[in-house]
Amino acid sequence: MAQVSMTVNGKAASGDVEGRTLLVQFLRENLHLTGTHVGCDTSQCGACVVHVNGKAVKACTMLAAEAEGAEVRTIEGMANADGSLNTVQQAFQDHHGLQCGFCTPGMVMSASALLAENPNPTETEIRAYLEGNICRCTGYHNIVKAIMAAAGQDVSKIAAE
Amino acid sequence: MYNFDFVRPKTIADAAAALGHEGAQALGGGQTLLPTMKQRLASPETLVSLTGIPEMQGVCKADDGAICIGGATPHAVVAAEVAAHYPALAGLASHIGDPAVRNRGTIGGSLANNDPSACYPSAVLGSGATVVTNTRQIAADDYFQGMFTTALHEGEIITEVRFPVPEKASYQKFEQPASRFALVGVFVAKYADGVRVAVTGASEEGVFRWTEAEEALSANFSADAINGLTVPADGMIGDLHGSKEYRAHLVGVMTKRAVAAAA
Ligand SMILES: Cc1cc2nc3c(=O)[nH]c(=O)nc-3n(C[C@H](O)[C@H](O)[C@H](O)COP(=O)(O)OP(=O)(O)OC[C@H]3O[C@@H](n4cnc5c(N)ncnc54)[C@H](O)[C@@H]3O)c2cc1C
Ligand code: FES
Ligand code: FES
Repeated sequence: MAQVSMTVNGKAASGDVEGRTLLVQFLRENLHLTGTHVGCDTSQCGACVVHVNGKAVKACTMLAAEAEGAEVRTIEGMANADGSLNTVQQAFQDHHGLQCGFCTPGMVMSASALLAENPNPTETEIRAYLEGNICRCTGYHNIVKAIMAAAGQDVSKIAAE
Repeated sequence: MYNFDFVRPKTIADAAAALGHEGAQALGGGQTLLPTMKQRLASPETLVSLTGIPEMQGVCKADDGAICIGGATPHAVVAAEVAAHYPALAGLASHIGDPAVRNRGTIGGSLANNDPSACYPSAVLGSGATVVTNTRQIAADDYFQGMFTTALHEGEIITEVRFPVPEKASYQKFEQPASRFALVGVFVAKYADGVRVAVTGASEEGVFRWTEAEEALSANFSADAINGLTVPADGMIGDLHGSKEYRAHLVGVMTKRAVAAAA
């Protein structure tokens, strides 16, 4: 066991971990931040995407020890200060970007990383950026639409599917 | 995954010392090694992370114009910082896996692993790049020694990769849609002294140079120059994603596309 310390959603967090403890395990089991999901555990599905020092990473394929000293943001840290949904989250709700919701934390984290890099992405750019995020319910259409809306684009003429 | 000790040295010298112990293994971005350890196909006693070593990070330009990439530089950084100097190489890096994989996976990890379907080996061989380690410099032509096999010794660290910049180049990848690795990928680079063509994803021997195409393209750099040239299906990878014959055919198709797209 070794001590690991990082900042999670703006607050200092630390704990004792084994070498093999994954970042996602530390978040879910030590910090009880269970919004970050584990879908595949093989770096394919993106349900576990969080931000480490501002970059989207798959928390199932990073060790907790590798996040020593890092700034980590999870879905629990995305809402506005007053607790209301932020722009991306609200757009997912408004445009039916989720059904069962299992993929949604990872989708929101990837979408937010995309918008930070590229504030006005095209549909093609959004689809390419979400290559590592799998959704078994929505067919992606409304997720892409929600992200376009969150970027301030007019999506009223895009058919609901 | 079996448990292990984790260390994160700050210098190449400390990392080399840590890797000198029995049971120690290097950890780059972990995008290949951690899944392998979860399957218990690897069980190192100590993981030596190379991502905390400033001398192994980032991109720079050498006096001779070559682009030097630190061995622990993630794909996303290469995609962004190499774009102005060597667009074909940056383009290759920007299509590896997905954004989260590119934020962690490193050039040194990809080259040490030498997956027969990985993208970077084709750029290194196709550019005649030099793999720099903590002890020596290895020419690309000597580095790749068959699938998952390289010239690296136990515990040797890829600290940097040096790419001479060509006049024109392109990487064309026919994606295996589930894994996003190359079903066949071809890197073509035109230098003043000739053209190099490196093929990944296709051969049972891993990345290789298609010398016949190199000769034809060195005489006439146009897609038509390789009309009639074929690679034998014998020795190609045949699996549920594509037969040997299909991959052999794709080598020609992707080479032509790369020549047509070279910039
Ligand atoms: C979903 C997904 C999609 C992917 N798609 C692609 C793709 O399209 N194309 C592609 O090319 N790759 C792809 N990859 C692989 C990815 O590029 C990996 O990041 C890369 O192959 C390994 O790099 P790493 O830094 O993660 O290495 P690690 O997993 O940390 O290590 C891999 C091996 O290299 C050794 N090693 C690491 N760094 C060094 C070093 N500096 N010196 C010596 N030895 C070292 C380790 O000991 C280990 O044996 C994909 C991976 C995933 C998970
Ligand atoms: S749980 Fe991490 S990618 Fe699926
Ligand atoms: S909403 Fe169910 S997996 Fe995406």
